[in-house]
Amino acid sequence: MGTENNLQPKKRTELLNCLWAFQNQHGYIRDEDVAACSQALGMSQVEIEGVLSFYHFFHRQPAGQFTIYLNNSIISECKGFERVKEAFEKETGATFGGLDPSRQFGLFETACIGLSDQEPACLINFYPFTNLNTLKVKSIIAQLKQGADPADICDEVPDNLRHVPQADKAIYFRPYHPGAALQKLKDFSPESLIEEITRSKISGMGGAFYPTGKKWELCRQQPASPKYIACNADEGEPGTFKDRVIMNALPGLMLEGMIIAGYAVGSAHGIIYLRAEYTWLKPKLDMAIDQFYRMNLLGKNVAGINGFDFDIHIQLGAGSYVCGQETAMLNSMEGKRGEPRTRQFFPTEKGYLGLPTVVNNVETFCAAARALELGADYFLNTGHPDFPGTKVLSISGDCRLPGIYEIEWGTSVKEVLELCQADDPHFIQLSGPSGECISMKEIDRKIMKGDLPCGGSFMIFNKHRDLLDIMMNFTEFFKSESCGVCTPCRAGNFIVQRKLEKIAKGLAYTTDFDDLREWGKIMRMTSRCGLGKAATQSLLMALDKFPDYFNSKVDNQKEGLNKEFDLDRAVAEYERFTN
Amino acid sequence: MTKKITITIDGQKIETEEGRNLVTVAQEKGIFIPSLCYYEHIDPPLGTCRVCTCNINGRPGPACMAKTAEGMEVEVYKPELENTRKAIVEMMFSEGNHFCPACEKSGNCDLQHMGYEMGVAHSRFPHLFKDRLIDFNPKRMVIEHNRCVKCRRCVEEVLTDDKKQVFSFQNRGNETVVGIDYVQEAKLSEAQALAAMNICPTGAILVRGKSMAKPFGDRRFDMTSVRKEEPKIFAQMTKGNDSFEKKTIATISLAGCFGCHMSMLDIDLGLLDLIELVDFDKSPLNDIKEFSKNCDIGLIEGGCCNSENIEVLREFRKKCDLLVTVGECAIWGGLPAMRNTIPLGECLEEAYLNCLTCETGEYIIPHGEELPKILDKVYACNEIVEIDYHIPGCPPTANHIWKAVKNLLWGEQFSILYSEFKYD
Repeated sequence: MGTENNLQPKKRTELLNCLWAFQNQHGYIRDEDVAACSQALGMSQVEIEGVLSFYHFFHRQPAGQFTIYLNNSIISECKGFERVKEAFEKETGATFGGLDPSRQFGLFETACIGLSDQEPACLINFYPFTNLNTLKVKSIIAQLKQGADPADICDEVPDNLRHVPQADKAIYFRPYHPGAALQKLKDFSPESLIEEITRSKISGMGGAFYPTGKKWELCRQQPASPKYIACNADEGEPGTFKDRVIMNALPGLMLEGMIIAGYAVGSAHGIIYLRAEYTWLKPKLDMAIDQFYRMNLLGKNVAGINGFDFDIHIQLGAGSYVCGQETAMLNSMEGKRGEPRTRQFFPTEKGYLGLPTVVNNVETFCAAARALELGADYFLNTGHPDFPGTKVLSISGDCRLPGIYEIEWGTSVKEVLELCQADDPHFIQLSGPSGECISMKEIDRKIMKGDLPCGGSFMIFNKHRDLLDIMMNFTEFFKSESCGVCTPCRAGNFIVQRKLEKIAKGLAYTTDFDDLREWGKIMRMTSRCGLGKAATQSLLMALDKFPDYFNSKVDNQKEGLNKEFDLDRAVAEYERFTN
Repeated sequence: MTKKITITIDGQKIETEEGRNLVTVAQEKGIFIPSLCYYEHIDPPLGTCRVCTCNINGRPGPACMAKTAEGMEVEVYKPELENTRKAIVEMMFSEGNHFCPACEKSGNCDLQHMGYEMGVAHSRFPHLFKDRLIDFNPKRMVIEHNRCVKCRRCVEEVLTDDKKQVFSFQNRGNETVVGIDYVQEAKLSEAQALAAMNICPTGAILVRGKSMAKPFGDRRFDMTSVRKEEPKIFAQMTKGNDSFEKKTIATISLAGCFGCHMSMLDIDLGLLDLIELVDFDKSPLNDIKEFSKNCDIGLIEGGCCNSENIEVLREFRKKCDLLVTVGECAIWGGLPAMRNTIPLGECLEEAYLNCLTCETGEYIIPHGEELPKILDKVYACNEIVEIDYHIPGCPPTANHIWKAVKNLLWGEQFSILYSEFKYD
């Protein structure tokens, strides 16, 4: 940590780092810190406030010597979130959303932190604590009170790698030798490299499945320079933790993928946008980057190729799901609010700082590195004939073996359920809350583009889980993670939440379901980005796929009344005041 | 030299130049595409409000973001699209706290204008009544967060002479608000401040002492639609049968000011004809206190602010075949609902305990068995019972009320003029 002067940002792109530095130094961002940033960047203070208030890990009030972020995702809820939450409040004396009287502990809820295979989990000063229960919370807080450092007592996070395809089919989880892919780079021209990537049929693993070769080609053709390679390591979709494991187990593979992309498109700058939830992984990535510099796989004349220079640095996020959307991520990297941009340009044309940028997911870069190492033919021999390759799934919820599964595209839901030993599945949420809701009638469907495309999250719920609780958790998530820019997403999620509360009370009529269908469709038609478009997708699917369940929530005695209104409750406050 | 191209809007071929903004091109040809955040010289367009959603080459998207290109096919007036756009406007009304009769910008407000053009009589969504600030801190302005629709015009457009932002979005999700920088605001000239007020599509940015513009009737959106053909509002409101037997009407004023009842009387001599066609049962107009029979139609003025309102409204639902809310208060709470963002306790204390006009020794909150109990907030009538139709206005004009009632009772075809459809 430097002196106050060193903390001042010189460029807008340094704003997030600078805010982090202030917060790390003082525990929160003070008025004078905002003023300093505003002065240094020549921006008004309200604009700085606008940026920092967008990210939920930035605090404008003291957030405690120990800041505890407990995950409130649906998996955490299923695994005992409420009990753990109570335990934290009891042991620290603080209530969630605030500090204890001594200001030692700050308790906050946060969305999925990428530890769904070991929930309930929390971050304390951004160090992971997993498989929490009442006793464990008691012991953690006792140790912290006695002066323990969270860095020393945090949990070792296991990768839980459960399944890899047979030897000649595995792509990601197979022996890795640093530089194996880059060694081959000099045999290729940028054109022939893109050709090889295209031939291997790799597509974007974040869930959009845009052909990677085509994306790189589009960027390569752009005349503007410099160009950038951005690695999206902001996997925020609840239930996803595959990138966490890939970065922990194979950080070098990801770096190689980025370097290859740089070579292909003619870029010398790589940026990893790492979600703040994975701050604890950063030392590992820093080490891998250092090692690459030492091995001359980064820096000048990379891998012995004259004139090919490439550098990589890490940009830490600050807590925002929507920043996983590529244009929102670019805004965030530029030190702005992480609002998705309008769709006027692809990032390959105008991306980071308005310059051509390739944005790919961690997994996609790894696939690209393997494509070079193993050859496109190897790829074409795996997966489904129509959709070759493998996919890393993050499996969580009601199964005996939650963890990471590398499966071939084309594997059926049923096979996956058997692998992870889900004994009593009732429904599956694929690709997270913004993905698809799958009933047991559909377990023969195949996980692949064209049938069930999947971004990586695979959450299993048994019969004892209440579907409406799950949908309400998702809606709350979207409501608070919406960037707030467009009307249908900002207001729509709020409105849908009110309706679900009504249904949960058992006071809904079938017309309420019709309303939800209509409103969901409007949100899908009109929202500005994928978040709002997908926000009601699972809910609408659930309404169609589980009609019996929802019909059980309907009150058929309509009587022309809106029964949600409860007169006794409505006059309770008045009676309290007058008695 | 820009390329000449042809695009199609709702089947109509239009010659224009390539790369122009679709909303502007349509407007020039007399085709109205509703829009709110769109402001011609902000480029790239903001695309925040989504009110201009159309089908562009078969896919739904905002027209303000579309640039004309050869062969572009645009659908604007398709029932599904009209319904969608209307829903977005209704969402804005539900999300903010828009009390038109008490707003300085009423009559000059783009949001209200969109409501008129689309015939938004009520919002299909529940009003959220989120507690929002009115910020009196800026030197020259007052920021009314209740009315802000987050269009972002001010964020992009209002800059100081040294190019610093005066406004910026704060927070995110449903907590998003537009923040104002007091230091920068103080640097704005009077003309710059007025420009800020004028680009605000609603009454969220007000300049002190400059907010009231023109009297009712002369304001920008009071009298005429911007569309070539005036929108036909309420034409769909046909329910009654065609036999002209005598019908029975009941009316009531709940948490309202009786203004809507006064408006009903405004049909003047028309009342004499009406008496031939209808009987009035329970109504303040004839002072009949109890229902004597079932009625064909019940007209409700005012929302529900106390337990008696609830009982009466439920009785109306039982006794009337059709229930119609008349006026803003009945439809969604209206002016009395201004208290909905304030806890009831504070309202009661302010009104009965801390009030300047309280007489010494009279510091009690009235209560007793004979008095109705005050509800935690003011409820819209459709939160309590099912409502069949809504007639907006504060108050609705006499013409509007009776055209709608006649239509409901006898299925008489009619339409409401643009100038008769008002929220204030």
